[in-house]
Amino acid sequence: MRYHPHTPEDVRAMLDVVGKKSVSELFRSIPTPLRLQRPLQVPPALDEIALFGELGRMAARNVVSHPPFVGAGSYPHHVPPTVDQLLLRGEFFTAYTPYQPEIAQGTLQALFEWQTFVCLLTGLDVSNASVYDGATATAEAALMATRVTDRSKVVISAAVHPAYRDTLATYLRSTGDEIVTVPFGADGRTDLAALARAAEGAAAVIVGWPNALGVIDALPEAAAIARKAGALTVAVTAEAVSLGLLQAPGALGADVAVGSFQSFGNSMAYGGPAPGFFAIREKYVRQMPGRVCGATVDKHGRRGFVLTLSTREQHIRREKATSNICTNAGLCALASTMHLALLGRQGLADLARLNHERARLLRDELGKVGVKPIFAGPVFNEQAFDVGDAEAVVARLAKRGLAAGLPLARWFPDHPRARGALLCVATELHSPELIQLFAKAVKP
Amino acid sequence: MSNQSGWKPDMEKGATSPALDAPGLGGAVRGLVHEEPLLFEHGSKGRCGVSLPAPGAKAADDLPAALVRGGIEGLPELSELEVVRHFTRMSLWNHGIDTGFYPLGSCTMKYNPKSSEALARLPGFAGLHPLAPAEHAQGALELMYALERALSEIAGMDVTTLNPAAGAHGELTGMMVIRAWHAAHGNPRKKVLIPDTAHGTNPASAALNGYACVQLASGADGRLHPDTVAAAMDDDVAAIMITNPNTLGLFESDIAEIARIVHARGGLVYGDGANMNALLGNARPGDMGFDVIQYNLHKTFATPHGGGGPGSGPVAVKATLAPFLPLPVVVKEGEQYRLVTDPKERPRTIGRIHGFHGNFGMMVRAWAYLRELGPEGLKATSDLAVLNANYVRASLQGDYNLPYQTDSLHEVVFDDTAQKEAGVTTMDVAKRLIDHGFHPPTIYFPLVVHGAIMIEPTETESKETIDAFVAALKAIAEEANRDPEALKASPSKPFRARLDETRAARKPVLRWTPGMKV
Amino acid sequence: MTIPDDLKYTKDHEWARPKGARVLVGITDFAQDQLGDVVFVELPAVGDEVKKGESFGVVESTKAVSELFAPISGKVVEVNDPLVEAPENINEDPYEEGWMIAIEPSDPKELTELLDAKAYKAHVDEQG
Repeated sequence: MRYHPHTPEDVRAMLDVVGKKSVSELFRSIPTPLRLQRPLQVPPALDEIALFGELGRMAARNVVSHPPFVGAGSYPHHVPPTVDQLLLRGEFFTAYTPYQPEIAQGTLQALFEWQTFVCLLTGLDVSNASVYDGATATAEAALMATRVTDRSKVVISAAVHPAYRDTLATYLRSTGDEIVTVPFGADGRTDLAALARAAEGAAAVIVGWPNALGVIDALPEAAAIARKAGALTVAVTAEAVSLGLLQAPGALGADVAVGSFQSFGNSMAYGGPAPGFFAIREKYVRQMPGRVCGATVDKHGRRGFVLTLSTREQHIRREKATSNICTNAGLCALASTMHLALLGRQGLADLARLNHERARLLRDELGKVGVKPIFAGPVFNEQAFDVGDAEAVVARLAKRGLAAGLPLARWFPDHPRARGALLCVATELHSPELIQLFAKAVKP
Repeated sequence: MSNQSGWKPDMEKGATSPALDAPGLGGAVRGLVHEEPLLFEHGSKGRCGVSLPAPGAKAADDLPAALVRGGIEGLPELSELEVVRHFTRMSLWNHGIDTGFYPLGSCTMKYNPKSSEALARLPGFAGLHPLAPAEHAQGALELMYALERALSEIAGMDVTTLNPAAGAHGELTGMMVIRAWHAAHGNPRKKVLIPDTAHGTNPASAALNGYACVQLASGADGRLHPDTVAAAMDDDVAAIMITNPNTLGLFESDIAEIARIVHARGGLVYGDGANMNALLGNARPGDMGFDVIQYNLHKTFATPHGGGGPGSGPVAVKATLAPFLPLPVVVKEGEQYRLVTDPKERPRTIGRIHGFHGNFGMMVRAWAYLRELGPEGLKATSDLAVLNANYVRASLQGDYNLPYQTDSLHEVVFDDTAQKEAGVTTMDVAKRLIDHGFHPPTIYFPLVVHGAIMIEPTETESKETIDAFVAALKAIAEEANRDPEALKASPSKPFRARLDETRAARKPVLRWTPGMKV
Repeated sequence: MTIPDDLKYTKDHEWARPKGARVLVGITDFAQDQLGDVVFVELPAVGDEVKKGESFGVVESTKAVSELFAPISGKVVEVNDPLVEAPENINEDPYEEGWMIAIEPSDPKELTELLDAKAYKAHVDEQG
């Protein structure tokens, strides 16, 4: 076994020092009836060649021949290979949480840079060092809002990603907090009149930016309603590339911005891992969940970085901590940081505009075959179209190796136009030729 | 004992002198380690590190102007090479498993196989969309199904959910399942029992479920005693959360009796599987009376943790709890695999706890690791992890105080009692270890040991590495008596000396701003 | 470690100093030493009611959090606001600059139930 360096001589010599005759003796604190008396029933060991054969076969069963036209919370983007080559440096890749800052300055400075990127993109003051994903980030934001406001009602737009809403519901079932879901209108934006009615006495008002229908939601209006009601506004962004084109949620009144930075530097990987982000106004910093990195100096006065404000966290405050989170998505956040460093000011602006342009092209090409958008509201790179029978289109295109989109009926079975609605994304990976091909395939 | 690291105390002289530490004109501090500013502090206007098609001039003219932003002030403008050097230089300030020994107790810092990385990057895995049609994802689902079966077997449980994204997320999920099970039996109950040796995540996860935490004192031998549990157990207790072996590295030998006591009053037994590396193939939580246990794939199954995450925290349960597990669930129907996402198919589910299906990329790595080891390799893993820890214990017993004499499994906890007279603390010992080229152990945890030094070598470290580490700790014990002040000044070798954590917390600077001052 | 003779003490390491109709409250030198560098303090607002033995705030060092327990019941009539910006005063001068709140006692007799300097010193020595 290549991961086990012990020779039989090593084992003997070590047992001599320990004063035991066999390795088995080392386990005598486990009562015999509790010891496993048979080999585990898992598949037999493989050598590396056979291992690559086995997992290669599994990977080959998955169809990934074209960039998918489904987004819905996970987005196909080009990640420059530079990112992965840097990411795989063992000093980054095989480090643990930076508990010993003197020998983790690489990780810590990168986290500080991640936090800065999150703040710049969201227009907020403080970011933590990442959370698991966008769904749990949304739940943590709601929980933070209940602590900050000492209220127990959370108002969320139905146009926030349904998996995020479900996760929120799961988290809040245990705390007894109430969730009020506000519908969206014909334009795909949150129903503001309903929101205003629900916001009274709420801890948080949660809306998508852009929302899960792809629509650029009424965030400024929602924030004004929330402010009046004394609730925190939480903006949820699953497609973070949009933040390169759309106004920063913080600039539009959001107090908290959460979501996923998967689009920066992280492959879709069948849904994870990807970094969740969590940004807030400074005044809530003592209520923020998760680790945070801060700048300081060493004893010679040189700038350095440490994990700080840790008395909020579970390892010190235990049951009174702001969250139970410990492990986050540090390596994924590092990948995002690297990708954003490469993109920079111009690259991010270009990438975001390119995505929007491709989405317009998709709309135009589908328009040519008579397929129209469902919702009138403006979109970033994702849009729902009326294709007649969405499930049938998905099934038909799947046979041609194309992931066509998400039938909205899976999320909103009761919506009057759900049957025809197909949510499709176009990014820089969808070439004009592919988009034309796709449009023709949707409506042959 | 030979000093394999080659470090000698007199090497310190001059190491902190300004002449040596002043950056060279190329920024070099020592050898090839460079100072490096923040991304936002260098570069030049107009530089860019990516190659993209140019968007058209009218790219965004259909959007309301009030919702559109221009270029974001403050974002870096760097060439590709500048970015490459930036991160390469920063990486050299870090200690990883690939750099050297990393005996961080309770974190199981074993080698992260490179083949797992290559496999996780196969386009069929990395490029697969989570909402791809099931017929496009049969290989991914097959892998998840097989991993779920194997993890259930290894834990001695019936069913496992792969959804949780980390250990603490698994704890939260497991406690939600327990709460749902109790609620289905008419009363979610009010309290959770947690020994004083537990990770902080345990009480935090219980509290997020609305439970009050009752702390149980461990005995003089470092273990939890059935009497203690019996005295605290009543009909309001939903569960006990136990880490086994516990964070002192000791097996809770009375676990079966404790489980009986809890079960007798209708409670459930939750296992924190952070220390599963001690048990692989030698014992199974499901055979000891546990009803639920979470794994930490980034510990036991060697997936990389990269400076804080990602993790993966599958939760294995007994059959009675299976209906409550979160969605989605992978099922096999004939030769086809499918994700169950509709609660109508699983009416008692706690619901979703993740945006998709969990950290699939970590599942691929864990499966690759598990497949290469096989049943014998898994057992050898815990055998050798326990051997290495006991070897450290026996080798250092005369030099550092061992607060508990009970048999150790995969990790051993010392303290700084023997160094106290010289005024040397656990912190000083840890920082000096850095000068010797080792990552320090976990320190000041568990809280029941004052000045704890918690060493977990893992099975992937050789005898020679451990001998060198032992030699370094012996040298430090000797130095503590001879020259305690030198220890207080350590570390002197890394890129940065001891950092002022008080200053960081009193005046938090949590992001770059133009003209930022620390 | 200093334990001024003229103060009253709790077993939780708060001190109380009667000053006219008010009682100043802070934490002892022993407490600040045990905590280490104080980085943050959370105090009640003027006008809040506090109850003897119950928490009136939180003090944090980099590695620990401690609740602050009121030595007597009453109304908070003044708060040492500069502490929020300069928590180091608690370490440097726990009995003067580091005072935390002033309480108008609802039952001044409670003061007599507190430890005097000698009894507090014995309590600290016991904790050792």
